[in-house]
Amino acid sequence: MAYNEIIVAGFGGQGVMSIGTTMAEAAMSQGLNVSWLPSYGPEMRGGTANCCVVIADSEIISPIVLEPSELIAMNQPSLDKFEPAVKPGGLILVNKSIVERGIRRDDVRAVYVPSLEIASELGNMRVANMVMLGAYIEATKQLKFETVINMLRHIFTGKKAHLVELNEIALQRGAACSSGL
Amino acid sequence: MAIVYQKTKGLTDAETHYCPGCTHGIIHKLVAESLEELGVLEKTVGIAPVGCSVFAYDYFNCDMLEAAHGRAPAVATGVKRVLPDHVVFTYQGDGDLAAIGTAEIVHAAMRGEKITTIFVNNAIYGMTGGQMAPTTLVGQRATTAPLGRDRNHAGSPIRMAEILATLDGAAYIERVTVISPSHIMKAKRAIKKAFELQMEGRGFTMIEVLSSCPTNWGLTPVNALNWLNENMIPVFPLGVFKDVTKEEV
Amino acid sequence: MAKELWKGNEAIAEAAIRAGCRCYFGYPITPQSEIPEYMSLHMPEAGGVFLQSESEIAAINMVYGASGAGARVMTSSSSPGISLKQEGISYMCGAELPGVIVNVMRGGPGLGTIQPAQGDYYQATRGGGNGDYRLIVFAPANIQEVVDLMQEAFELADKYRMPVMMLLDGMIGQMMEPVEWKRPALSPEDLPAKPWATTGTKGERRPNIINSLFINPDACNDHNRHLEEKYQRVIENEQRYEINDADEAEVLFVAYGTPARLARAAARLLGEEGIKAGVFRPITVWPYPYEALHEAASKESVRAVVTVEMSTGQMVDDVRIGVNGIKPVSFVGQAGGVIPTPREVADAARKALGR
Repeated sequence: MAYNEIIVAGFGGQGVMSIGTTMAEAAMSQGLNVSWLPSYGPEMRGGTANCCVVIADSEIISPIVLEPSELIAMNQPSLDKFEPAVKPGGLILVNKSIVERGIRRDDVRAVYVPSLEIASELGNMRVANMVMLGAYIEATKQLKFETVINMLRHIFTGKKAHLVELNEIALQRGAACSSGL
Repeated sequence: MAIVYQKTKGLTDAETHYCPGCTHGIIHKLVAESLEELGVLEKTVGIAPVGCSVFAYDYFNCDMLEAAHGRAPAVATGVKRVLPDHVVFTYQGDGDLAAIGTAEIVHAAMRGEKITTIFVNNAIYGMTGGQMAPTTLVGQRATTAPLGRDRNHAGSPIRMAEILATLDGAAYIERVTVISPSHIMKAKRAIKKAFELQMEGRGFTMIEVLSSCPTNWGLTPVNALNWLNENMIPVFPLGVFKDVTKEEV
Repeated sequence: MAKELWKGNEAIAEAAIRAGCRCYFGYPITPQSEIPEYMSLHMPEAGGVFLQSESEIAAINMVYGASGAGARVMTSSSSPGISLKQEGISYMCGAELPGVIVNVMRGGPGLGTIQPAQGDYYQATRGGGNGDYRLIVFAPANIQEVVDLMQEAFELADKYRMPVMMLLDGMIGQMMEPVEWKRPALSPEDLPAKPWATTGTKGERRPNIINSLFINPDACNDHNRHLEEKYQRVIENEQRYEINDADEAEVLFVAYGTPARLARAAARLLGEEGIKAGVFRPITVWPYPYEALHEAASKESVRAVVTVEMSTGQMVDDVRIGVNGIKPVSFVGQAGGVIPTPREVADAARKALGR
């Protein structure tokens, strides 16, 4: 039985919310149950932002994630705040580009993703969150790459169609970061 | 025998509760006659206020809603937005419109709601027993201003026609009174014009009618009209404050 | 039908349009502003009216006018704004006008906080306005239920000629879940006529009057009796609730909205240590399903009833009325935007069981 409880956290503007909604959309189109719950209010205006995503093949009981099975920490304050809450045996994806330290716990796994460096190599800083998502998908195997790529094909059409390939590469580069798990 | 006068179909046969000498009855008649003459009674929806004219829903012979105190312009907005082809009017006193309902009237005018407001200003709260209104004159006695309205304590009378005329959404704003036959005829023309401009979709229209309150002013009906003439008109000058049809030249 | 991912606030707005609502009046306030934002775009597309009012007071009175004019109409706000609407809600009840009012609750009192809470339970179920009146109050716990109940809310409002409140908390307003649009969308032409509405006489009838004033005490008394008879019919016919995993339960949680989900998570935790727990969830908090709760609490296995709320304890009064002393009732909750954790809730159950 799959029951993934995820926290995605970072600065406002890092694409934290869209990582979460993309995961939720993908899970839903794969026939899984899903919920997405954002933090809201003044903290969204330039401060920290986070969202809870629950993906399950059974009924979702609570959309609130207090003890995540996976944490995507896009910045250092997020890692500081949520690392202690991660379930033993859980997973932390660290945005290595701006988080200066490694994880402190030894009962969880970690993947370090240089998202900004990869995005920079790909020539578009806005795909950094897709790099993180790629790392997540590869590490957990809950979601399928083809689901996300199909979604991207629906979002990027016409003049923006070329962005599908860019995002696909970003996902793959992120996935490579998790290949050692 | 030729019929020389007939009661308007715009009023029901209900006996009004207004005090002897009160001019609400005249103003009701002018509104009702205007609606009848324009042939729109059957597609008119009126909004009654809280105050002396609270029972207006029993007197006007058209569909009526009774609103909470001061909220008639908001209620009228709801009606008009659902029934844009209908004629919608509010009938409000000075406490209702210029105190508790100030926000509602200002914003209805700001939006240019295609409604007509009949604003009856008698410088006193009538229904509740002669308390001070926002339009009470400086020095005028009221049951909550027993020594007369004190400017330093309670400010000066608010001139709603002038205030609302500053808003772009207002199409027609005029202040009239009903203290003599000629004034009454002028008031009728103003009310009718306001309804016509509403029907043309020109915007918000309001006719402020200076009205007497013999009971709470403590005057005979005739003396009340004289008092209005001598004391209210200098503070609330009669005239047209906004007329979109004159701005088009 | 395929499922779509919808944010609670946007889903409730879309559900209203699909229920044939063509009139929305409101004022921005967190955490429900996505409702007027959604309406401002999609209501005109549906040929309806969207208007941002100058205040919540004006908004509810616009609802009063539009409802009087026969339209399916709604407004929405969050706690402090709902306080301002109480005058208009009382008038709508007095004048027997239908309409749907959405309250996406936040923490109070006063300005409180923008985070989710359930401190408006008394206000919703006991009435924050003057006079003897009631609202039908739906308290959905997930977005599918929000959507499913919305059409029913409008139908019951029209059927009984009274306002219906959708009582959500900020969490349900802000979160996203998959939604399936099960019912076909209604257009205003599909809806039953309202012969009482003030739509102009068209020369075909005597004038209609929408009014809450009955100056004669006997007439006002009669009007109150008439309203009360109506409310009794609502009590008899419109109670909704859900019971989860209550067979052989030792502890029965009672919760509505988001805390019902927390209670189910707590029941899972307790289950892992062999304590069976059930969850009784009122879906209408007025009329309150007292008899159903009494029956659930009467089961021999139940040793304790624990109420879970995002308040300092309001619905617990209704739980005590329903349980009526046959089992001990206790309360666990957090207020002011703090959400009780499933562990806290499970602890409260253990304490209630004396473990």
